[in-house]
Amino acid sequence: MVATEKPGNYQVVGTRPIRHDGTDKVTGRAGYGADYQAAGMLFGRVLRSPHAHARIKSIDTSKAEALEGVRGVITNADFPQPDDSQVEIGEGATTSARWMLDNVLAGEKVLYTGHAVAAVAATDPHIAEDALDLIEVEYEVLEPVMDVREAMDENAPVLHDFLRTEQIASAFGPGDMVGQKPTNVAKYLEFKAGDADAGFEEADVVVEREFTTTMAHQGYIEPHNGSAFYNRDGHITIWSSTQGAFGVRDMTAGLLQVPVSQVTCEPVEIGGGFGGKIGIYLEPLAALLSKQTGKPVKFTMTRQAVLEATGPTSGTYMRVKVGAKNDGTLTAAHVYLVFEAGAYPGSPMGAGAMCALAPYQVPNAHVEGYDVVLNKPKVAAYRAPGAPASEYAVESVMDEVAQQLELDPMDFRLKNAAVEGSRRPDGAVYGVIGNEEVMEVVKSSDHYRSELQGENRGRGVAMGFWFNVGMESSAYASVQADGTVSLSLGSADIGGTRASIAMQLAETLGISAEDVKPQVVDTDSVGYTMVTGGSRTTFAGGWAAYESAMDIRRQMEERAAAIWDVDRDQVSYSDGGVNGPADDDGNARSMTFKELAGQLAGSGGMIQGRADVNSMEAGPAFAGHIVDVEVDPETGKVDILRYTAVQDAGTAIHPSYVEGQIQGGVAQGVGMALTEEYFYAPDGRLLNSSLLDYRMPTALDLPMIETHIVEVPNPGHPYGVRGVGEVPIVPPAPAIANAIADAIGLRMRDLPMSPRAMLEELLPDEG
Amino acid sequence: MTDRMIVSATINGEPLEFLADQRDSLLEALRERIGLTGTKEGCNDGNCGACSVLMDGRLVNSCLVMAAEVEGADVTTVEGLATEDGLIPLQQAFLEEAALQCGICTPGFLVASKALLDANPNPTEYEARYWLAGNLCRCTGYDKIIRAVLKAAEA
Repeated sequence: MVATEKPGNYQVVGTRPIRHDGTDKVTGRAGYGADYQAAGMLFGRVLRSPHAHARIKSIDTSKAEALEGVRGVITNADFPQPDDSQVEIGEGATTSARWMLDNVLAGEKVLYTGHAVAAVAATDPHIAEDALDLIEVEYEVLEPVMDVREAMDENAPVLHDFLRTEQIASAFGPGDMVGQKPTNVAKYLEFKAGDADAGFEEADVVVEREFTTTMAHQGYIEPHNGSAFYNRDGHITIWSSTQGAFGVRDMTAGLLQVPVSQVTCEPVEIGGGFGGKIGIYLEPLAALLSKQTGKPVKFTMTRQAVLEATGPTSGTYMRVKVGAKNDGTLTAAHVYLVFEAGAYPGSPMGAGAMCALAPYQVPNAHVEGYDVVLNKPKVAAYRAPGAPASEYAVESVMDEVAQQLELDPMDFRLKNAAVEGSRRPDGAVYGVIGNEEVMEVVKSSDHYRSELQGENRGRGVAMGFWFNVGMESSAYASVQADGTVSLSLGSADIGGTRASIAMQLAETLGISAEDVKPQVVDTDSVGYTMVTGGSRTTFAGGWAAYESAMDIRRQMEERAAAIWDVDRDQVSYSDGGVNGPADDDGNARSMTFKELAGQLAGSGGMIQGRADVNSMEAGPAFAGHIVDVEVDPETGKVDILRYTAVQDAGTAIHPSYVEGQIQGGVAQGVGMALTEEYFYAPDGRLLNSSLLDYRMPTALDLPMIETHIVEVPNPGHPYGVRGVGEVPIVPPAPAIANAIADAIGLRMRDLPMSPRAMLEELLPDEG
Repeated sequence: MTDRMIVSATINGEPLEFLADQRDSLLEALRERIGLTGTKEGCNDGNCGACSVLMDGRLVNSCLVMAAEVEGADVTTVEGLATEDGLIPLQQAFLEEAALQCGICTPGFLVASKALLDANPNPTEYEARYWLAGNLCRCTGYDKIIRAVLKAAEA
């Protein structure tokens, strides 16, 4: 816990400087992973499975290897074979090294369409593509499991003979093995608060509904890439557009079974991640092929492979039951969640379960969740992983309860709002949160109070919650003689975090944002820094920058004391410089940061500040959204007429990028709500693996997105920062579903609410 | 060995000859043969607009144009937008309006927006959204991009 610095009274925090990396990004100079080029570089391509579930009987690469220009071909067997030890994969999650390798290149079985089977390096990208056609793979095709409820059935085909059910009580930490037989149910989670059965007995109104959602992809515009050079001394250098360079280093070293000191991840820009660029896919292939060939090797993924074999978030089956008294007081809730893990265990079911009821005080709650493998890609984190699904189900039911009780939906929510000291059903107790404040701003907003007129039009609201995380970040700040500071960071900058972190250093030193030169550096040039994810980068990176600046301030006080020949404790740093006792003539001694910076070289040398922070005190984020829609009963299309998003940011460091995170989250939530889905054939082929058929919102599908930033400072951060990136994706789907119900009286309980799905409900059943 | 050909074109105002594989798209030639990596690949099938360039003043997806087709043509990429006087108003507006987050779609949006303002110097919000519907952005929700384009139109 630290004291929050004089909230609201800031010089730099809360302003909107131009981001430091901006010019490079509007002129085409910024270097992303796929832009990597080197003399003699080879081009890598991956052969992928046409089957959703099959045993690999044999792979013959000899014809591919014989093709002129091909320099190397690898399969799973070329990697050192791992044991079943656990490997850190970021955000506290672990997986087995075996599963990680088998997902990078399939082992005994392919488990989803698009599963990587072999990799080629050649002198020309087209030769590498030709070589893929020459690799002969013999498959024994097996029956795929494509429906998550069918996958739970005792008689379903089993993906992994060794898998047993593990029972857990939290999304974090290990549990107990409870299953005896091979199964597709990897995990079962359960937690209870109070007595749910008794709570439902007390209720005047009980609503229970079923929901489904389909897999949806993060949809970053930059496909995955990974390049590597294996030097003759055994050192591996990696260029990869990733959310976490240290994670890529650690995971790649793990799969190649070399020490982490033998791997360096170079900083390259990343073209969007949203959680989907935390794991590894191509980096180990590039490293191993570079080792075999002695040349740098570059891999880039096709869009089809991105959709078939990376990302997505889980599809789900859910049941939610909520009870309330006539005065609107909640009495009980039961939440039942089944999440698709994809081919290997590890869905965000646990986080979904813990978030489901988070905005409310529910005295009696029973929450259950299942993590189930099936023949679809291994899911990856996607913006508030698990929360958009579970909160969609809960917020839809809450809306129906309010409707049955004839209560205003915001009054109903405010009556039951979780506040400081409230205990979530999973046991966590809230500190200072902005839940009620967000609800009040929604209720009093111009949008909520305005009249909505017109046929087939309706308004919906929904709340959203996400934990946010803190964890480890480092910073290294070097004072320059001209009064600027070079700031080295280890966090990938996906959306303006160089600026938001530099601003916190500038605020602490009392200098301008422009006088800080932030840069993202390689993994040997800054201390360990966790992934850019969990809405943690401005929080933890900013804290590390603050501590670095405090380190500089202490050293500058010492230096000024030496220059002035006064006692150390007579000098203090404030208002952008050092201040000391009056001199013999009674004149106050002071130097600005710039003045002292100019004297450092001649008075003992330059000064560097550094810090490593590892915080568990991230402030939870709440959001409340309002949406007006119009439904076209002829086509089933839902148009967004007006959208307002309210969110507690703690403190908005750079308000433009806070607004941008909110607006971007809304857009992804709208896509999840209305158009984005994984459409599989019964045999397991993905039928819409292009950006024409996997339909993400365009500029024409959205209105301007109004934002209201609420600031309830997080007492666990020097500048009161909460994370902002993830929670805005949570409320859009339920808000839109509730708006559709308001417009035409139809409750849509399956995502996406596409024109096809809408018409299935709207058109008369012709039997 | 694959078949190669020499292509002569004007790229960002400079006459240039380059060696292209006959299967190369303009996008591949720009990025892998010429080294102009500012133009991005997002889907390689004409659905995301990240590879937008101007070909004889016309907006095209460079992934859908064969390299051989630019023989004699005048091609402008994101690297060719700024002038000797500095950033053009569109680039400046994107910075001031925070119209980019990760920045991968930005080159395509800038080129497409330039084509819009060349054709229609004072677009309405709807016209800007309609024109830019061929460019996908996954970070911003388009709000700040549209504001930046409308601001640049006023400049």
